[in-house]
Amino acid sequence: MTSSKQALARSASSADAAPGSQPGAARRAHGRGTPPPGPGSWRSRLYRWDMKASPYAFIAPFFIFFGAFGLIPLLYTAWYSLHNVQLNNLDQQTWVGLDNYQNLLSSDFFWNALQNTFTIGLISTVPQLMMAIGIAHLLNYKLRGSTIWRVVMLTPYATSVAAATLVFVLLYSWDGGMINWLLHFVGVDPINWRESTWGSQFAVSSIVIWRWTGYNALIYLAAMQAIPADLYESASLDGAGRWQQFRHVTIPMLRPTILFTVVVSTIGATQLFGEPLLFGGVSGSKGGSDHDYQTLGLYMYDQGWIIGNLGKASAIAWTMFLILLIVAAINLLITRRLRKTQ
Amino acid sequence: MRTSTRGSRRLMALAAVAALTTGLLAGCAEDSDDGSSDSDGGSGGGKTTLTIGTFGVFGYKQAGLYDEYMKQNPDITIKENVTTRTDVYWPKTLTRLQAGAGTDDIQAIEVGNVAEAVQTQADKFVDLGKDVDKSQWLDWKTAQATTKDGKTIGLGTDVGPMAVCYRKDLFKKAGLETDRVKLAEQWKGDWSKYVDVGKDYMKKAPKGTKFVDSAASVYNAALGGESERYYDKDGNVIWDKSAGVEKAWDTSMEVATSNMSAKLKQFDKPWDQAFANGGFATVACPAWMLGYIQEKSGDSGKGNWDVAAAPTAANWGGSFIGVPTAGKHQKEAIALAKWLTAPEQQAKVFAKQASFPSTPSAYASLKPQAATTAFFSDAPITQIFSDSAKTIPTQIFGIKDQPINTAISDIGILQVEQKGKTPDQGWDAATSEIKDVLGQ
Repeated sequence: MTSSKQALARSASSADAAPGSQPGAARRAHGRGTPPPGPGSWRSRLYRWDMKASPYAFIAPFFIFFGAFGLIPLLYTAWYSLHNVQLNNLDQQTWVGLDNYQNLLSSDFFWNALQNTFTIGLISTVPQLMMAIGIAHLLNYKLRGSTIWRVVMLTPYATSVAAATLVFVLLYSWDGGMINWLLHFVGVDPINWRESTWGSQFAVSSIVIWRWTGYNALIYLAAMQAIPADLYESASLDGAGRWQQFRHVTIPMLRPTILFTVVVSTIGATQLFGEPLLFGGVSGSKGGSDHDYQTLGLYMYDQGWIIGNLGKASAIAWTMFLILLIVAAINLLITRRLRKTQ
Repeated sequence: MRTSTRGSRRLMALAAVAALTTGLLAGCAEDSDDGSSDSDGGSGGGKTTLTIGTFGVFGYKQAGLYDEYMKQNPDITIKENVTTRTDVYWPKTLTRLQAGAGTDDIQAIEVGNVAEAVQTQADKFVDLGKDVDKSQWLDWKTAQATTKDGKTIGLGTDVGPMAVCYRKDLFKKAGLETDRVKLAEQWKGDWSKYVDVGKDYMKKAPKGTKFVDSAASVYNAALGGESERYYDKDGNVIWDKSAGVEKAWDTSMEVATSNMSAKLKQFDKPWDQAFANGGFATVACPAWMLGYIQEKSGDSGKGNWDVAAAPTAANWGGSFIGVPTAGKHQKEAIALAKWLTAPEQQAKVFAKQASFPSTPSAYASLKPQAATTAFFSDAPITQIFSDSAKTIPTQIFGIKDQPINTAISDIGILQVEQKGKTPDQGWDAATSEIKDVLGQ
């Protein structure tokens, strides 16, 4: 019981270690150690060949599909981004060098989208992860019907973005929306959630928070259950209260898991697309009349499919990719630093 | 013994992987029927299956046209591939047309995209002009789908002649004229006169109601009556010099800066709700919107809505169907396209969902649904819309018409209307957006 959860937590924490190296090692240890006493040498050769080749055969489907739907499009996009390509004239591609990128760097719309992506990412990720830790801590207590609570936590994650966002659009509707109706009791004037900078960014973030908090809480919960009980025991012997135990035992033990969720949420935030698109309703790819919540993802979609400038859209895609690489590098640095201090 | 079971298990696993892989690859190769809401699939021997790609609700299936055609032509099976949103449908269609693969036998084209199709994809469509009697359509309709050298790439389906739908009960409460003929007389000739009526309405407006749904809808309606929009005849962008755009913009600014607008965004959920709650008294309504109003207002609107002639004859929306050259059954597809756009069939679609025919010979015999007529206070709907359709000027569309229009209505006008910016600021915002669209 405990060991499997530990393994889960550990494999989650070592994001940079070769994924799945442990189970593979285990299999080699007791599954396929010695060749069976086969009668002929062709059989043993076949066996050896099978042992060497079949792992590749098993992982091949992933790499074939990754190549077809990941790598080739990625490279093709890079090639597109150096050309002037219009959606209505795909065959005519004129080489423009880095013009598309230069164009982006001098475009207000791009910087605005980058800034929006950053702010929305920040105000959705930080509260989300903090709430997730709190919820995981509560779920870690002995509760009646704990499975039900956990399932409930995961339901927002299981709903479709489209359905959830549509409901949120109604909640945040300017007049007649439930949130403005509630605010009215506190004496706050109705807020135009869709057409105000902070209002709209908050609203979009709230959808993200609603969808992902439970998911992260469950990841934290799994890691928390892997923390040895004797640590808490000795802490309480030393006179640590509940809060102190949480601060000085739980949080430090969760550090690798927290890092993992930060990485995953950051990637998600950089690619944020569905929520703001649907929140905007008609011509949602603009992210509001003043591009208040136009994220990089929306900007790319707008340029590529609505305006039809595929070259520029490809440049945005690659810029996003580079941003993600930078974020990943920063994360790696922090992880290394943390490991050293440990 | 043990070894052999393990071996067979491994074989099973390998087989499963292989099967999965081939299955998935096969799934990639066969992309002809994605997202289809197919009609029956009883394809017997020797049958030809025609696919038709549409967006939104074309009404062909609803009006039973496919079934009727299949009954008349037992060797034809028709399958409709519907994409709900135009802004998803068109990019997808553009890429397929150019790839020369994956297109349907018949492909629908929205009026906002028809210029792009005519100017950039003409060689990807069959010239339908030779096979039909072009005079059965409204001249301006066919002109929009015809290239400079006279090739007609699409046949007109419906058009969107404009009227003004208004709430008689609210007008009465506001102390205004309620008779549709007299009202039309009041604003005849100019949308700014319609705005003047709005000012009168707001003086005594029933509580919680506004005169019009949005400033953008007034802009669209006013622009719909201008022949010159964002492009000139030679395909040059003239949006910032166009007299038509300027006039429509000014009219919409009068709406946006006064308090007569409910400040809604059309086709948004809150807009739908406002129909049910009676949040606004008028909306510029093309024929195809009648069904929408009826559906969203529900019983509360029945008999309260009425239809009056619009200030100017204007068009909003409408579509074409074309036959891509990549299709395998071009002959059959052309025959079907001709049949679907013939006056009799267009009249049937109108009877089902009030999509207005682009063929004038159908106008005399049009019969709207009894429920629709009753809903709109027995207004002579066909009369009003056909009068409008016949006098609409030929509108010039350009390649980036759609994104330019979005920039003006959903960026410029919306900023003024909802964010309280000045008209000059709104225009500037639209300007920089359009420059971005045009890559300037």
